[in-house]
Amino acid sequence: MNSFLFWEDVQDGMELPNLVKRPTTRQLVKYAGVSGDFYEIHYDKDFAQETGLPGVILHGALKSAFLAQLITDWIGPDGTLKKLVCQYRGMDEPGAPLTCKGKVTKKYVDSGEHLVDCEIWVEDTNGQKHTPGSATVALPTKTN
Amino acid sequence: MASEDTLDIEALKQAYLGQESPVATMEVEKGHVRSFALAIGDPNPLWTDEIQARKSRYGGLIAPPTFLRTLRTQRLEQLPIKHNLDRLLDGGSTWEYFEPVRIGDRITAVNRVIDIYARAGSLGQMLFVVTETTYTNQLSQVVATQSNTSIRY
Repeated sequence: MNSFLFWEDVQDGMELPNLVKRPTTRQLVKYAGVSGDFYEIHYDKDFAQETGLPGVILHGALKSAFLAQLITDWIGPDGTLKKLVCQYRGMDEPGAPLTCKGKVTKKYVDSGEHLVDCEIWVEDTNGQKHTPGSATVALPTKTN
Repeated sequence: MASEDTLDIEALKQAYLGQESPVATMEVEKGHVRSFALAIGDPNPLWTDEIQARKSRYGGLIAPPTFLRTLRTQRLEQLPIKHNLDRLLDGGSTWEYFEPVRIGDRITAVNRVIDIYARAGSLGQMLFVVTETTYTNQLSQVVATQSNTSIRY
């Protein structure tokens, strides 16, 4: 997490280190508290089921936070996240692990910045990808 | 022919497209950033360890990338226009980042509705509203933008 990642060390198709998250209902309550998103589908099971959901579900933004961490853990303190795209295509319930994954899709230079695009996603224990996304990061280079 | 079950998309667009929300303001507080990092389970020293953060190129603690979600702007589309879509889902966000968000910054946010459309889906009729929020710091720098799609069904 604290190591430096240089643009030269990245290759197309390279996989990012997986990030496993284990969301609990308690985490959803904490996230509601810090984010101010108190929509009951995230912590009130009766309410969630009355709206047709199987149970309480993760805030989409919490999944974005997980994917942001996937990237910031990988790039280290000298990398810069420029763009983060997350789509919430399905519901994820707490109580089962979620694995954040990514792979490099493009390496390029633009206006003097050394950039890397990645495809990223959250996968549940059945391999379902409900949260596809992408990210663009700027990395330091070894050349001066 | 309009009925209670028909969404009047044109009327919604007329009413809301391009409109800006009132400005929302937040002071970026160390305790809040720390609580946020703990809540999402992200122990990166850049947002949790002041000494390490000071040694970094930022010179101090910064907020994690989705922290700006905690600065909530008023949803413009309160929809006085009749509809029965009282369930709400977040469809996703695109963030673009320009400047770090530092402890002690004062961030203002304004949102603007940039698209409204309807789709028939597995959940029935769904109303999509795309909103772009611009976050600015006390130095008048745009620190980030977030384009978010909300789904009412």
